[in-house]
Amino acid sequence: MYIGKVIGTVVSTIKISHLEGRKLLLVNQLDLRGGETDDYDIAVDVVQAGPGDTVMVIDEGNGARQILGLDPGAIRAVIVGVVDEVKLGG
Amino acid sequence: MKFCRVVGTVVATRKYEGLEGVKFLVVQPLDEDLTPKGRPVVAADATAQAGPGELVFVVGSREAAQALPEVFVPVDLAITGIIDEVDHVRGGRREQPTARWYPGDEGP
Repeated sequence: MYIGKVIGTVVSTIKISHLEGRKLLLVNQLDLRGGETDDYDIAVDVVQAGPGDTVMVIDEGNGARQILGLDPGAIRAVIVGVVDEVKLGG
Repeated sequence: MKFCRVVGTVVATRKYEGLEGVKFLVVQPLDEDLTPKGRPVVAADATAQAGPGELVFVVGSREAAQALPEVFVPVDLAITGIIDEVDHVRGGRREQPTARWYPGDEGP
């Protein structure tokens, strides 16, 4: 899992059935200090996250399939939490 | 899933079993701002409707094969959707951190 920031939304009409009715958000992976990196992902949202939110993303197929109730399921990245606070050290 | 631009088609008559009828396209990976990044690669088209010039998103690794009708096939990149619109939300309120971030004294 990693912490990211929602920086946009993605709209798609023609897509595979596993993605039907799912909200897709553009997430930028954050570094240790909360700064944006050049790593990104298009993730399925299941926690009503929105642009600007700091989120927790799982990037693993089996977990994603379990959350979404799919088998087979061609989804890896799922937003599973909205982060309130990150404390490092101490 | 990542952004890609379809830049070409691939025709292969002799293929591994299970890949019959699967369309292969050459795609150029893009970064989050839709500018090309890295070398073009080949992706299986799970939507069966993508074509050159189109903006798509792709899924990689094991999940790629799961997008196709036959799940146990040697495919590591699949087009899972054609993009109508990408809304980048930057600037203004969105620049404000929404999570409180307390970096430790250590770290990079």
